[in-house]
Amino acid sequence: MKRYSVFAVAREAARYHSGWERAWRNPEPKAKYDVVIIGAGGHGLATAYHLGKRFGVKRVAIVEKGWLGGGNTGRNTTIIRSNYLQDPSAALYEKSRALYETMSQDLNYNVMFSPRGVIMLAQTHHEVRGYQRTAHANALQGVSTEFITPTRVKELVPIINIKGPRYPVLGGLWQARGGTARHDAVAWGYARACSDMGMDVIQQCEVTAIRRKDGKVVGVDTTRGAIDCEKLGIVVAGNSGHVAGLAGFRLPIESVALQALVSEPIKPCMDVVVMANTVHGYMSQSDKGEMVIGGGTDGYNNYTQRGSFHHIEETVRALIETFPMVSRLKMLRQWGGIVDVTGDRSPILSKTPVENVFINCGWGTGGFKATPGSGWAMAELIHKGHGPLTDDFGLNRFREGRFIDESVAAGVAH
Amino acid sequence: MSKRHSTGGRLLNREKALHFTFNGQKFSGYEGDTLASSLLANDQMLVGRSFKYHRPRGVVAAGAEEPNGLVNMGEGGRFEPNQRVTTTELFDGLTARSQNHWPSLEFDIGVVNSRLARFLPAGFYYKMFIHPRPFWKYIYEPFIRQSAGLGQAPKEPDADTYEHFYHFCDLLIIGGGIAGLQAAKTAAKSGARVMLIEQTGHWGGRAVVDGGMVDGDPVDNYVEQTVAELAALDNVTLRTRMMGAGVYDHGYVLGYEQLRDHLPGSMGPRHRLWRIRAGHIVTATGAIERPLSFAGNDVPGVTLAAAVRDYLVNYGVSIGQRTVVVTNNDDAYRTAFALHDAGLSVPAILDARTGLGKTDMRERAEARGITVMAGHAVASVKGGKRVTGIAVCKQEGAGAVVQEIACDAVAMSGGWSPVVHLWSHCGGKLQWDADHAFFRPDADKAPTGDAGQPFVTVAGAANGALKLADILEDADAGARAAAAQIGHKIRKSKSPVAQREEEAPLEPVWLMPAEAEVKLRSKAWLDYQNDVKVSDVQLAAQEGFESVEHAKRYTTLGMATDQGKLSNINGLAILSDALGRPIPQTGTTTFRPPYTPISMGAIGGEARGEVFQPLRRTPMHDWHAAHGADWEPVGHWRRPYAFVRDGERLKDSVNREVLNTRRNLGLLDASTLGKIIVKGPDAPKFLDMMYTNMMSTLKPGKCRYGLMCSENGFLIDDGVVARLDEQTYLCHTTTGGAERIHQHMEEWLQTEWWDWQVYVANVTEQYAQVAVVGPNARRALEKLGGMDVSKEALGFMEWADGTLGGFKVRAYRISFSGELSYEIAVDASHGLALWEKLMEAGAAFGVMPYGTEALHILRAEKGFIMIGDETDGTVIPQDLGLDWAISKKKEDFLGKRAQARRHMTDPKRWKLVGLETLSGAVIPDGAYAIGEGTNANGQRNVIGRVTSTYYSPTLDRGIAMGLVLYGPDRMGEVISFPGTEGATFKARIVDPVFYDKEGEKQNV
Amino acid sequence: MLILTCPVCSVTAEETEFHGGGEAHLTRFGPGASEEEFENYLFMRENPRGVHFERWRHVYGCGKWFHAARCTTTLEVFGTYPAQTLEPPKTLRAQISKKRPGWFWRGFE
Repeated sequence: MKRYSVFAVAREAARYHSGWERAWRNPEPKAKYDVVIIGAGGHGLATAYHLGKRFGVKRVAIVEKGWLGGGNTGRNTTIIRSNYLQDPSAALYEKSRALYETMSQDLNYNVMFSPRGVIMLAQTHHEVRGYQRTAHANALQGVSTEFITPTRVKELVPIINIKGPRYPVLGGLWQARGGTARHDAVAWGYARACSDMGMDVIQQCEVTAIRRKDGKVVGVDTTRGAIDCEKLGIVVAGNSGHVAGLAGFRLPIESVALQALVSEPIKPCMDVVVMANTVHGYMSQSDKGEMVIGGGTDGYNNYTQRGSFHHIEETVRALIETFPMVSRLKMLRQWGGIVDVTGDRSPILSKTPVENVFINCGWGTGGFKATPGSGWAMAELIHKGHGPLTDDFGLNRFREGRFIDESVAAGVAH
Repeated sequence: MSKRHSTGGRLLNREKALHFTFNGQKFSGYEGDTLASSLLANDQMLVGRSFKYHRPRGVVAAGAEEPNGLVNMGEGGRFEPNQRVTTTELFDGLTARSQNHWPSLEFDIGVVNSRLARFLPAGFYYKMFIHPRPFWKYIYEPFIRQSAGLGQAPKEPDADTYEHFYHFCDLLIIGGGIAGLQAAKTAAKSGARVMLIEQTGHWGGRAVVDGGMVDGDPVDNYVEQTVAELAALDNVTLRTRMMGAGVYDHGYVLGYEQLRDHLPGSMGPRHRLWRIRAGHIVTATGAIERPLSFAGNDVPGVTLAAAVRDYLVNYGVSIGQRTVVVTNNDDAYRTAFALHDAGLSVPAILDARTGLGKTDMRERAEARGITVMAGHAVASVKGGKRVTGIAVCKQEGAGAVVQEIACDAVAMSGGWSPVVHLWSHCGGKLQWDADHAFFRPDADKAPTGDAGQPFVTVAGAANGALKLADILEDADAGARAAAAQIGHKIRKSKSPVAQREEEAPLEPVWLMPAEAEVKLRSKAWLDYQNDVKVSDVQLAAQEGFESVEHAKRYTTLGMATDQGKLSNINGLAILSDALGRPIPQTGTTTFRPPYTPISMGAIGGEARGEVFQPLRRTPMHDWHAAHGADWEPVGHWRRPYAFVRDGERLKDSVNREVLNTRRNLGLLDASTLGKIIVKGPDAPKFLDMMYTNMMSTLKPGKCRYGLMCSENGFLIDDGVVARLDEQTYLCHTTTGGAERIHQHMEEWLQTEWWDWQVYVANVTEQYAQVAVVGPNARRALEKLGGMDVSKEALGFMEWADGTLGGFKVRAYRISFSGELSYEIAVDASHGLALWEKLMEAGAAFGVMPYGTEALHILRAEKGFIMIGDETDGTVIPQDLGLDWAISKKKEDFLGKRAQARRHMTDPKRWKLVGLETLSGAVIPDGAYAIGEGTNANGQRNVIGRVTSTYYSPTLDRGIAMGLVLYGPDRMGEVISFPGTEGATFKARIVDPVFYDKEGEKQNV
Repeated sequence: MLILTCPVCSVTAEETEFHGGGEAHLTRFGPGASEEEFENYLFMRENPRGVHFERWRHVYGCGKWFHAARCTTTLEVFGTYPAQTLEPPKTLRAQISKKRPGWFWRGFE
């Protein structure tokens, strides 16, 4: 693989960039792999990458029914934070955030991780207490956050209105090393690195059946032929219920549409991420200058990648309330993604009723931030059958009533 | 140079001159001008700088598809960035400034990027700025961000207002060109309610610019007559300046009406957002001309051929005085004719079609003395900030220059693309039309509605019918089909017939010349605003970004504010060619709403500031406001947090209220507490299911504190239940819980136990309720006079109906403070009067109102739990030592099975205790108690957490409640709560009841 | 933005007048149920791509719960029916079969 650098770009410029090679190969599926991962989104690719990097497992195929990074990886609002309340979540998301710090160097691909800081606004007394609790928990979890005053909020976000007539800002939970990254680049960087390790990223390849023998997985049938495997990872987000069905088990999951929108690009005016959970909206400014805005989910199962417009209205109203200048911007584009939501709103990284089949799903509205950590943990789960970061996220927790409920800290989609 | 002619300009009112400024310079135009036409009339060809390379850019189009002409407009509270000059109607006093340059439009330092363009190809940032790591955040990113973005951020709050409208119609027709007009005319005959909307201020669309004859009359007359006819019909609604912004599921359409953008400062809302429910939608949204991809096609003066006509015909403005026309189709000849007929020079028509024979258009051109160079193309454009000439080459070949032509404008046409956005928003599919080289709607794969029926029909140019006669026919047929869809028949009638002009077929030309070398390709723009060139898309393909979505995201093609209206198809063709596969196989990117950007203000509508969300007020709200209430939002209610007296700090007020309530008498407005009537023969059985307690055994006249759990076992609400009679209960809920619990009850009654005879009503707002609390409570009530409130007549946890001070009341002897306490409920309309009377009667007994914070402290001193503090959705009643409130006798209640699960019965669950700091200090909110060592993930082990923590004025020390591992078994032990600011709080585990453990005070 | 018809009050209205309530026809398991039964009842969901039966409440109307048969990939509503039923009505199932031959949902087809 040709390394990327400013020198490489300069060299190529001399010959009008005719020498750049493919970022990832376009291989035909082989008959057998040690591990097949279904789903070449960020999480699936990161899982493969860490199988190779951490455990030397490189006979891996990542099969994707569409194009890599084409699902929620490429349609989220790119927020990265780890200020979660519960220990298992904080561990996983903080691992992930830490991996983002060095991802560009690790992958030799600039994913533009921008630790610009994330504020979650407290706009009721209840929220103040909730975020103070999170700050205390984070301090013991090794997650660096602090609860800050309204004055400090205003210093960090000059365009904010902290004295709104209905929900004045009473403080905020501030994570200085939270931020954003370029979502597509995360998938592309992982795909390039996986391909470079000799793994096969196979696009336009839909799994039509999961073959089992004696309760164990032996392979998958795909639209591009049968593939045998020792182990199978299912990492397909909104399609988890469907693929689990192919393996013969059900999931505690519902798929709903989550919507987001961007404004037209403007010159930089806000260099932190702000989340306002009381009024239900969150906003950051992309490096291109667009204000990237997210809101709520629809209340019904949906696979259309479209949502109902009244959610957009609610979100925009919330943001105008918080940032009055938003009123004079224009909405450029709105879209929807299908998110898989579990019974406790926390993800599932788990063994399944089928031996050697592992599933990673249920990230709901917050999966992007977890991409590298999820891959790190999932690789260990697939390789060893367990791991400290995944042990609490098993499917068995629903039976046992052992939930990981983050709703105390995060009332809104993100 | 561009200039205004002394004649022409069908939209102008030359009687009325308008004055405006651009970059501080004074200009003038006429009523009817757009900002674009008036700038061009003043020879202001340069209007902005491109996003990435800061290339000088001029206006390239005349409508909503314009990618270059974006300006900062207005001042102060009416400032707005990225206003499109081609759709901005000129008004007197308009101020505009160009964007994305420093220090000025003419001399922009950023243009250095253009010199470096070779080093900044598609996706360069993914390959660079990787090392050293901290540089991205501190050096590279700030630099990139500074150079990104277009217009300035608005600084002041919006000075305008916005509103929302609902509209219902049978047929919504979007687009007021001749297709939309004819469709409306045909459809209106059916009697259906028709709405026709047009995004500009004018009817007729392109046809009135291009001319032609309908039924033997000029098309202008047809438009005028049709509009007049439609306006006279009762079943037709016409709106201009209203865009169909988006089509959503089940026939929901977003209309965006710009009411006052052209009349700023006048009375009324600026924009109106229409939420339209239509039985069926006809999109007659026309087509957009495509640029041609040749080197230098972004130099100001290179303009779409049809736009050149628009400016000339509509505004009397010519972009150049010597204009070369370059085309692959017949339509652009009309531009040459229009220019020539206006006395302007057209040195040549470069017709790239290699197989061009003798065509009608060619003959007409040559008859005018215009040279037609068949099979020829533009090799490159000369000039920097404006066109000075072109180099001509053969279309076939690599671009060897055969001739140079001096000119000051180039009119280009690469064919047309139907505007299929609205068709596609909700899932309508497209098909590739190879003859015309465009995607058109596939009528068999329309978006489907609530009953699976197709709900969009496309008419006219949007449907691929580009000629006047075809458009009218298609619109008539489309309207009939659409009306039939919704059950309206239209009798056969003669539809208008337009004169046919013969046109030779187009030849697709995606790159000019066909074998252009890389030097040319890297100067041939696809996406003007985002600076994406042919070479960029080819690089994407070379690097494996083969999917159209990959290529788009890698190059940013089509992601600018015009959302690829000019660039998508051209880019797609280049990508397909690079991959060696047909265009339809490559497919298009997804079309997403809105069609063009719409204001956030309009989306937000009226609901902002004070009316952002509904505000619920108790009958005593205004009294509280007048008496120093410091408000706390609780749901949509506002409750007084405390009543602050002059010169008092908030916390002093709270402490005063607590002490006064303990010592004398406090009044609390408890009206917001939920009150739900549950009535019917099966009400006892039902409440036994809803509550963990046994409610069926409660005697009429008595009250009982009840706990409610979700089916998942968690504690969701609590409150006092009063049995009113054998079949009737009144259930109190928390303030935030009233609606939720009411719905929870309804859900179970309607969907699980639908054969049980129970009726549930939420009567929260029917009553005002006042808590009369403190040792003097009884005396105050006795002073009011009326019912017997003695211990004997109304014992603790009893209720009675009666009168007090002349009010018909229901008095509950319940206490959330541990004091002697009555809650007096009265008809809501008497709430304020009762409150005032109680204040008056209590004056002798030291009465003071108290707020929610005092309420919290009073209950914490007594060890009473608070939903939302001691509970957070993860807590079961057993955790809180509330086993006494969980009936062991009942076979079933909601949550019972759940609470039997492994984790719920785990002895390691944290349990409620009281916490007393050794120093008397207050433990910070939310603090955790630390245990030994760390867990497998390196996190500090914790053994508990604080759930409520207060300074107790009664005890003059910090008190807290918390959930602690083995807590109740560890009474007296000291555990540590680290704060977030270095200090650690050591606290002793104690009984959670800090005050009046025996409960004597409430029983007096 | 869906349109639904409430089968109780017969009003056809916008989605904003209703509130979605998840999968329909769940059988309640209480005390005495096995771990698996209880887990299935509370958490396991069909979540199908295609024909789905779900609960809605006409929250800003008559307040009644009802059931809807809806396609999750096209959002077509095949029909609505009262909540006081244990399974989708036969006539509705037949109508769905006409439009989606071979549909299957939790044992119904």
